[in-house]
Amino acid sequence: MDAMQKVKVEIRNVSLAYGATPVLRDISVSIAPGEFFALLGPSGSGKSTLLRLIAGFNQAQSGTIIIGGEDITRVPPWQRNIGMVFQNYALWPHMTVNGNVAFGLVERRLPREVIREKVAAALELVGLRDYGERRPGQLSGGQQQRVALARTIAIEPKVLLLDEPLSNLDAKLRVHMRTELLALQRKLGITTIFVTHDQEEALSISDRVAVLDGGVIQQIGTPMELYDHPANRFIANFVGTINLLKGKVGPAGTGVAFDSHALGRITLPQTKAAAGDAEIAIRPHALTLLASGDNTDAGQVWVEGTVAEREFLGEFVRYTVRVGDTDLIADQPHYSGHPIHVPGNRVKVGINPAQVRLLTA
Amino acid sequence: MMTTARSGFTLVQAALALLIAAFLLAFLVVPVIMVIYVAFANPDGELTLSHFASFFQISLMRESFWNSLIVATLSVVFASLIALPLAYFTARFEFRGALLIQTLGILPLIMPPFVGAVAMQLIFGRSGSLNLLLGDWFDINLPIMQGLNGVIFVEALHYFPFILMNLTVALNNIDSSMEESAQNLGASGMRLFRRIVFPLAMPGYVAGAALVFIKVFDDLGTPLVLNVTNMLAPQAYLRITSVGIEDPIGYVISVLMIGFSLLALWASALVLKGRDYATLQRGYSGLARRRLKPWQSVIAYGWIILVLLLVLSPHLGILLLSFGKVWSFSVLPDSFTLEHYMTVAQDSPRMVWNTMLYCGLAATLDVILGTAIAYLILRTRLPLRQSLDFMASAALAIPGVVLAIGYLRTFKGVQLPFMDEMLTSSWILIMLAYTVRRLPYALRSCVAALQQMHVSLEEAAENLGASKRRTIYRIVVPLMAGGILAGFVTSFMTAAVELSATIMLTTSQTDAPMSYGIYLYMQSAAGRGPGAALGVLAVVIVALGTYFSHRLIRSRAAGQQARPLQKIEV
Ligand SMILES: Nc1ncnc2c1ncn2[C@@H]1O[C@H](COP(=O)(O)OP(=O)(O)O)[C@@H](O)[C@H]1O
Ligand SMILES: [Mg+2]
Repeated sequence: MDAMQKVKVEIRNVSLAYGATPVLRDISVSIAPGEFFALLGPSGSGKSTLLRLIAGFNQAQSGTIIIGGEDITRVPPWQRNIGMVFQNYALWPHMTVNGNVAFGLVERRLPREVIREKVAAALELVGLRDYGERRPGQLSGGQQQRVALARTIAIEPKVLLLDEPLSNLDAKLRVHMRTELLALQRKLGITTIFVTHDQEEALSISDRVAVLDGGVIQQIGTPMELYDHPANRFIANFVGTINLLKGKVGPAGTGVAFDSHALGRITLPQTKAAAGDAEIAIRPHALTLLASGDNTDAGQVWVEGTVAEREFLGEFVRYTVRVGDTDLIADQPHYSGHPIHVPGNRVKVGINPAQVRLLTA
Repeated sequence: MMTTARSGFTLVQAALALLIAAFLLAFLVVPVIMVIYVAFANPDGELTLSHFASFFQISLMRESFWNSLIVATLSVVFASLIALPLAYFTARFEFRGALLIQTLGILPLIMPPFVGAVAMQLIFGRSGSLNLLLGDWFDINLPIMQGLNGVIFVEALHYFPFILMNLTVALNNIDSSMEESAQNLGASGMRLFRRIVFPLAMPGYVAGAALVFIKVFDDLGTPLVLNVTNMLAPQAYLRITSVGIEDPIGYVISVLMIGFSLLALWASALVLKGRDYATLQRGYSGLARRRLKPWQSVIAYGWIILVLLLVLSPHLGILLLSFGKVWSFSVLPDSFTLEHYMTVAQDSPRMVWNTMLYCGLAATLDVILGTAIAYLILRTRLPLRQSLDFMASAALAIPGVVLAIGYLRTFKGVQLPFMDEMLTSSWILIMLAYTVRRLPYALRSCVAALQQMHVSLEEAAENLGASKRRTIYRIVVPLMAGGILAGFVTSFMTAAVELSATIMLTTSQTDAPMSYGIYLYMQSAAGRGPGAALGVLAVVIVALGTYFSHRLIRSRAAGQQARPLQKIEV
């Protein structure tokens, strides 16, 4: 199967409510041609609703959806040519694998010979060449998913929509399938929107991610942008593990300073910030732990605390350090011979101001 | 309690199983085998096909054979034509008519078809209300009730709910993503229905259609009341009652009827094989429901109202007939009276009592057998326990006429102990025929009730010191109570309107149940009024039964929610 046309997807000011309950609020996203785009958010945040809106199964109360420059807001699902892979695969049990994959091609009234070729090519692409005569019930979960994928790409859709495609697979297969999915997407070059509630999944394979919560887009960016510069408290918490601290910001010399009960004063590299109550976020691995007697580096802010808990996670050790009435999580890289802090030990926690994010909300 | 440790069952359980097996052998298996044997044996007891040959040499028999086949097939076709749109409306659209359709699904079943048949003749017959009106207005006469047409019309209207209910359940079990993925790939409208929705609902449809076929095939009352005798069931009855219990033709017909029942069951099993698509996933909804467009509303409501009128016509007709003084060659009865109810009150208290007695005993036996069999197959490791289930369920394929013939032949000359009466002329056989014929339904109800009950509830009781017997008594039976009661009511209700076996086994007026009484009244023009009155009485009893069984089933479902432990699966 050849590379497909690459189209742009634009969602403009879309709002949707079920009865009186708003589910999507003023959503605007622009997805570049050929992009692998993830919709990330907790369960119930409206991801599936947005995806189904693009496929045509939901109607927005307001807003437009433009695909490849064409306004498709009012086009019925069967005329959109947007492929969707359903979370439960939705393979029809009364048809063979071949029948399932051929379905959309039959609807397009293609000649029988062409259908046969395209079905074979699609199954080849997902590595199920010899499975055409089987029934969906005779396939494993991973194979069923490949059939669902083959069925969708067989019609050469303009856009590929995937609703939690990996959630029904076991952990090992999930990691394997996600790289395969990415490879396939790169090969076909098809604009792909991928829904997931698993942040690791979203960060690891997508070009860009939109994080959704309560029907509102909280932030759109590359995985690294989301991780390094979370726009708000929700993103900071949802993407990766993080320490959050409440306090006050105020001007200090040429920059700003953050004052908190637990950490005292930290001078931040920012030059501007509205004075008043604020919150900072620090990734656990941006903290340094030293035994209380060790020499400290003056570039960081140091506070004293007690190790409360220790969790060995292989590549690193996760410490919970009690500083005053606050618990800080600090991840320290682990290799054999590295000093280990024991719960109850007094330690010094080093904070690098360059790694501290001041949150806006 | 003494347990034979290695085999994992107790002697009491084994004894119980043997008792049940003996009952089923005596009152189901042996009579049926007897019927089959007689059909294939010559007077010297040698195997022969000569009876079948002589059957097919009689032109009336050939005609009856084809007529039965045609009537059963066309009844299925017409029942499908009625049920298919109704099922589709409820499953696919969001509209208030859904409740009407549910009512439609129950209404016909509360009145046995042979009762309604007379009323249908008065309304749709050659000189019935409809044709009188059509004749006045357009000078036409529709042959709706002529000959086989009448049987097909009555049966299709009576039995379409079986298809409607099965199909509705099947449609509701289709996951909406099945349909949406087809739309996503470009299918819509009728193509979507034909390629995806209908094939997925096929198992439900086929199950319903097979049931209708079997029911119509073994219905004796409707053709008799409509005076259609050139069909298999009436011929079997007439041969046995006129020529005698030795006439081999009656047995040949019986074997053919069993054959067609089995064929229908086998065909449906074949279609269902490997296709029990439970496509509904946890947390997913059924087919997405759309609003009806105005013109669709007109079609939907038009169809529902038409079917409702048809379905209600026998009920209305019987009611009119029971209050009508004279009703012939007129659109409605000329004047009204309570006379027929007085006649019934004088003549038939005995019949009402008989119905209560036979059906009450039969239903009691059914739930005892059903509970015991359910317990044995689900909770013990008794060898061959599945064969009990199989035997009891096999009754489904045995027409009432056939069972009755089997009884009359098998128990010919058997004297009742301590009484100066033959078994074949006592009401006990009627009651036993009811028991055996309704057992499959009661059994399913009991099995379902026990299946929903987690075994840990019993283990907890045993753990706290209750013996097996005490556990059954204190835990199992109380928790199954809802299912057992529902089974009882179903058995009772359906037995109350049974006619096929009843006609053949009723030998004296004093032993006759209501259904026989109605049939007898309906034989004469003068008896129609009282017959209708007795019919109304039967409908009221059955309707009350239906109402209470629904109440019971609903409260049982509610009770289950209050006991979440039972839902835990291991
Ligand atoms: N058909 C519906 N009717 C009413 N509410 C719905 C319907 N579908 C979804 N919702 C609600 O909309 C919200 C978003 O649902 P969904 O898009 O499925 O979330 P996600 O896929 O992010 O888990 C949820 O609160 C859900 O309960
Ligand atoms: Mg979802």
